[in-house]
Amino acid sequence: MDAATSALMAGDTKIGNRVPTAEDLLRMPVHRRRRLARRTVPIVALVVIAATVVSFLGNEALEWSTVGRYLFDQQILDGLGMTVTLAVISMAVGLVLACIVAAMRLSGILIVRGMGAVFVWFFRGVPLLVLLVVTFNIGLLYPNIVVGLPFYEPLVSLRTSDLISPRVCAVVAFSLYEAAYGSEVVRSSLMSVPTGQREAGAAIGMTSSKVFRRIVFPQGMRIATPLLANQFIQMTKNTSIVAYIAVPDLLYSAQSVYSRTFEIIPLLLVVTIWYLVLVALLTIAQSYLERRFGAHERPRRTNPLRKQKAISHGSAA
Amino acid sequence: MTTSLLEAVQVSKRFGQNQVLKSVSLSVGRGEVVCLLGPSGSGKTTLLRCLNHLERPDEGFVRVGDEVLGYRQAGGVLRETSERDIARQRRSTGMVFQQFNLFAHRTAIENVMEGPTQVKGVDRARARQRAGALLDHVGLSEKHNAYPNQLSGGQQQRVAIARAMAMEPDVLLFDEPTSALDPELVLEVLETMKSLALEGATMVVVTHEIGFAREVADRVVFMADGQILEEGEPSSVIDAPEHPRVKEFLSRVL
Repeated sequence: MDAATSALMAGDTKIGNRVPTAEDLLRMPVHRRRRLARRTVPIVALVVIAATVVSFLGNEALEWSTVGRYLFDQQILDGLGMTVTLAVISMAVGLVLACIVAAMRLSGILIVRGMGAVFVWFFRGVPLLVLLVVTFNIGLLYPNIVVGLPFYEPLVSLRTSDLISPRVCAVVAFSLYEAAYGSEVVRSSLMSVPTGQREAGAAIGMTSSKVFRRIVFPQGMRIATPLLANQFIQMTKNTSIVAYIAVPDLLYSAQSVYSRTFEIIPLLLVVTIWYLVLVALLTIAQSYLERRFGAHERPRRTNPLRKQKAISHGSAA
Repeated sequence: MTTSLLEAVQVSKRFGQNQVLKSVSLSVGRGEVVCLLGPSGSGKTTLLRCLNHLERPDEGFVRVGDEVLGYRQAGGVLRETSERDIARQRRSTGMVFQQFNLFAHRTAIENVMEGPTQVKGVDRARARQRAGALLDHVGLSEKHNAYPNQLSGGQQQRVAIARAMAMEPDVLLFDEPTSALDPELVLEVLETMKSLALEGATMVVVTHEIGFAREVADRVVFMADGQILEEGEPSSVIDAPEHPRVKEFLSRVL
């Protein structure tokens, strides 16, 4: 260390009585700022993680062996199947309805637009549990479902409670709820495709339905995918409220087991594990779909290693 | 001009309170290159968009060949025609936009193939071959499989020109094709357009490139406030304008 630098380190910004030149600065050793948090935070984090794991594994109430026994229990698996079925059917029906409602909200006809808006307002406004219970009790509102012409003897008359089982109620409630939220996702995704894209399609002689199918829809899907995946994840978990109307889903099955055996925590853990597995699978599906619809958004990456290889091959040949 | 390929007859258009076009008439002959000049807000772009019915004129009409855009002549009446029919009529014009508007989810060659395969029903192999040739023609032989966001503005605009040409339209419409480009990219697009003009394409070009208009246009049309103020050969309109408004505009941009 020369005199100039040691003078500077002592807090003196001048060397002797002159301002350091560029050459002086270039010669000076560089001391990086110490980032204390980068060393301490991981240590604290590791301690917290270890404590959590130890308290979790060491807690007798968890009864890991019981968890293992029930994870693939037939009743639990049946419940899981019911949960998946409810979620998939509700999402599928909900999405179709969502597209219809979105189309209504984008309509040029005021009353159609208004109907779409009221639909969204109603089914987004009523809490899902309330919606489910109302659907469950729809028989009180309409005791019979009648097919026929007004003022004539009905062709078919069925008791609502025979026709609509609790699981159908659940699907209806979830679908309507999903339709309300999903329609907003679909509508905003379609609206976010720039008008220029539509005009370019029209300018090469496409009809508006072709413009929609070939241009607006695929681009809108790219935007809608993560949002709809979010909806689907939420829907999957929300189906657990069907336990309230005694539909034997994952949660209800676990509850009926622990009401016999009182192994409450282990069974709730089984339920938790299965929901986490379902959500993990959905997340994988989501990233696959995002890649598929988003091919045009990834700048083509040229792998520098492969490029080099190709060159060296070329020179070897 | 005895036979006009494209003709706007007393076209008027208003957006809300704003009268954008005031009874504008324009006719374009086969093989002719017409440049529309004028200050922004003068109605040039709106007129151009009326020429392929992206805007429907409030009054007047546009005729391409023997068809009236957006209408069907039957028994001495003009009947508003179906959306499908308008789409068919639009095939006789190709359009190049200021913001390129390439289909963002399709590669360059797919952009060019889209019209022929989806609208004209050309089979994919033939469409691909022809699209490739068009891209080569506009100098993009290396970029067939690039997505729009991997291309520069000038390259995107040349793809857009190839896409418009792929439909083999009678007329090519250009809406300020170089206004969204960096200065050094303007030239490549103008060169492409110039070579099209030399090959005999019929073109209507809204532009601020006075130099291009002077060099390439057969006729220059100067618009302001929704009207045509002056029109004629570039040598007369650009170099010896008569209307004071045209003189003022040109003295500021030249």
